[in-house]
Amino acid sequence: MSLLGHLSLWLAFLVGLWGAITGFVGGAQSRPDLQQSARNATFALLGALLVAVISLEIAIFRHDFSLEYVAAYTSRNLPTFYLWSALYAGQKGSLLFWATVLSLFAVLAQVLTSRRHRAYLPYVAAVTCTVATFFIAVMLFADANPFQRLGFTPIDGRGMNPQLQNPGMVFHPPMLYLGYISITIPFAFAIAALLTKKLDSDWLVAVRKWTLVSWLFLSIGLILGMWWAYVELGWGGYWAWDPVENAALLPWLVMTAFLHSVMIQEKRGMLKKWNLALILGAWLLSIFGTFITRSGVISSVHSFTQSSVGYFFLGFLLVAAIASAILYVKRLPLLEAEATLESMVSREASFLFNNLLLIGIAFSVLWGTLFPILSEAIKGTKVTVGPPFFNQVNVPLGLALLAMTGIGPLIAWRRASLPNLRRQFAVPLTSCVFVLLILLVAGMRDIGALIAFSIGGFVLATIVQEFARGARARHRQYGEPVILGLFQLLSRNRRRYGGYIVHVAIVLLFVAFAGMAFKTETQATLRPGETATLQGPDGHVYSFTHLGVSQYNTMNRQVTAVLLDVGRDGKPFGRMRTEKRQHVDALGNPTFEPSTEVGIMSGLRVDLYVVLAGLVNGTEQAVFRFTINPLVWWVWFGGLVLVVGGLIVLWPGGAAVPVKGSKTSAVQAGYAVKLEAER
Amino acid sequence: MTDRLSRRVFFAVAAGAAGAVIQDTVQAGRVYDPQRAGRSREPITALDTDAGIQATEKKLRCTCGCGLDIYTCRTTDFTCTYSPALHKDVLRLAGQGKTAQQIIAEFVKQYGEVALMAPPKQGFNLAGYLLPGVAIIVAGFFLVRTLRRWTRDAEAAAPARPTPPDATPAELERLRRELDRLDA
Repeated sequence: MSLLGHLSLWLAFLVGLWGAITGFVGGAQSRPDLQQSARNATFALLGALLVAVISLEIAIFRHDFSLEYVAAYTSRNLPTFYLWSALYAGQKGSLLFWATVLSLFAVLAQVLTSRRHRAYLPYVAAVTCTVATFFIAVMLFADANPFQRLGFTPIDGRGMNPQLQNPGMVFHPPMLYLGYISITIPFAFAIAALLTKKLDSDWLVAVRKWTLVSWLFLSIGLILGMWWAYVELGWGGYWAWDPVENAALLPWLVMTAFLHSVMIQEKRGMLKKWNLALILGAWLLSIFGTFITRSGVISSVHSFTQSSVGYFFLGFLLVAAIASAILYVKRLPLLEAEATLESMVSREASFLFNNLLLIGIAFSVLWGTLFPILSEAIKGTKVTVGPPFFNQVNVPLGLALLAMTGIGPLIAWRRASLPNLRRQFAVPLTSCVFVLLILLVAGMRDIGALIAFSIGGFVLATIVQEFARGARARHRQYGEPVILGLFQLLSRNRRRYGGYIVHVAIVLLFVAFAGMAFKTETQATLRPGETATLQGPDGHVYSFTHLGVSQYNTMNRQVTAVLLDVGRDGKPFGRMRTEKRQHVDALGNPTFEPSTEVGIMSGLRVDLYVVLAGLVNGTEQAVFRFTINPLVWWVWFGGLVLVVGGLIVLWPGGAAVPVKGSKTSAVQAGYAVKLEAER
Repeated sequence: MTDRLSRRVFFAVAAGAAGAVIQDTVQAGRVYDPQRAGRSREPITALDTDAGIQATEKKLRCTCGCGLDIYTCRTTDFTCTYSPALHKDVLRLAGQGKTAQQIIAEFVKQYGEVALMAPPKQGFNLAGYLLPGVAIIVAGFFLVRTLRRWTRDAEAAAPARPTPPDATPAELERLRRELDRLDA
């Protein structure tokens, strides 16, 4: 199987190379035979890489420890669930996974692209084949071949890192990869548009949904990553501004900017240069993120071991950046705007300020991530850039962005009049002040949280106002009940109202983030029967009574579990357990250091979070850390709402619906408004 | 933690400011296999949970490469041997009557600026703190200038607005209101 996999990799490399050459040449010389060959190459590439993936999975499931990769990341007693995820648990397997998913996206781009965008497809095939070929080349030539054999066959493998043996880790990496990888398709269309000189807004139609797909996968990946960090790593938070986390956030921010500014190009034919730059930038940042993760050049808990692979990525990144920049500059004369801005107070201008903030945040995150390298290079001094730096720089920008989330939809396209602004802002601003006053009266004094919550109130009010006006207008127009009107709004203008749902999710996330300012924690050493108490930010006093320690074996681990009785204000509230897990191989030998399983009792207001630090001198006396985290549930719920909103926007159709009773085939989206005289 | 950690503070903390342990002691028996539970732990002392010590440790980075601060690492990664040792260093320095700033300075002296969770706001590091803000302000300035130029160009290029042939001021006002509604 390993030989078949190895040969498939070589075949994929040659096919990819062929697809790249025929795509570029066929596109440049307008030769249909070469263009067709490039298209076929994407299918062949996918086929060859699928054979390689299946070969590796078979080796993993057969416990073929003669393969270095299988021995390094699996063991005979690794649960089946995690055998699947072993494919991308290590550097080499994840490169194969990456190339395969990219080739799948390459095929989907060829198959799903409508006829009117066919002119781009040879170049799209060429670009996707080039990128996939690069990944295969890294596997073959940078000592990253997952089919590499050991000089001997061990009895058992080393097993998977215990922190990766978590359901979140099974889904988080592929989602993030899907997000990262699928950015290649918009990038490929952008390069195709530059090469074909078809730079009107047509190419945007082809890439907008792909960008949304990437954005959605990246969003899911980021949220799952936060969830995994929270439930598995045990430090009680979900975002640590780690370089690898930052690397995933960067393309997400840039794509979010694109998804807003693209509307201006679609509606007004403006910002062509900017939108193209955003797509190119998002892809380059995804490769930059890959470089950070895989080079080990920046210290990170997430990164793979330091290897030469990173330098291949750095080289690729530089070549791709230079080539894209040259092509972009050469085509600038073709990217002139078709219209100009009519007023500073317009939706277009507000989107530009939103873009400024999003790109500003992306820049500050990038700057903070790279600052240790710069400091060492310029000053010769190593520095750490941790959460205090990022929070200080990004929190004000984030709050400004949250405010723009509410301001943008309130301002009219082209030009907003003063009465219009007054009418639009009245309710949201009143809500903002109302929330602020309520919180002040309730005794909240944390400035950051006060600002976040009151701006959150403002943004929510804008969204409610938008839905209410839409539903009311539909009620007037069609006599629909409010609930039906809301449903129709969503189904007939998915992009606009799905976008508002995403905005709701952003508010939920910001409010939940701000809630962490009120977390409380303590440590305690308890014998069985002893109780620790902790005042929660919700005003309740929680008690944790140590009930005892139990030890048992299950699956591939030996567990030491502590059960705790939880009380709230002296009344029973439930039970929690926290564990130490010693993972073992099939022979019962310990494989890694014991890991900690956090005990979490999640609620709408607070999460109770208990970590077993260890036992004192082998007795049942245990050391704990107790944390009460406010509003964490809302992070996960906000993430869910974000995904639902994104799916609504992405769902096909929804815009072109014939108007009921119309003699013509006119289309109606959202709601119509009758002139006053018609009522 | 700017004050010295005096004995008074020590006992105040020991009295339990944040959390309290209610003793209903049962003799702690030995577990079947202590090795499975990882490294043996020392019981928590009052100084371990002292808010001042925690605040100091949250500004200092653990040297194990985890990227976390000393407090978070020692209460999270129980396989780390660095953070407990660094915690003891912090306690030792605090026991010598050093202030938080002096403890932090000792760490910087010993490990360099990398010991801090964020670079100190001086010299080249100021660029780290200020550049993102400055870049956004400068970009915002140019954005406003560009938008103004665009709006001026648009006004200059716009043809003279024809007067509506037979619209009364009331009708025009009604139309304006309805257009506002549509824009919204």
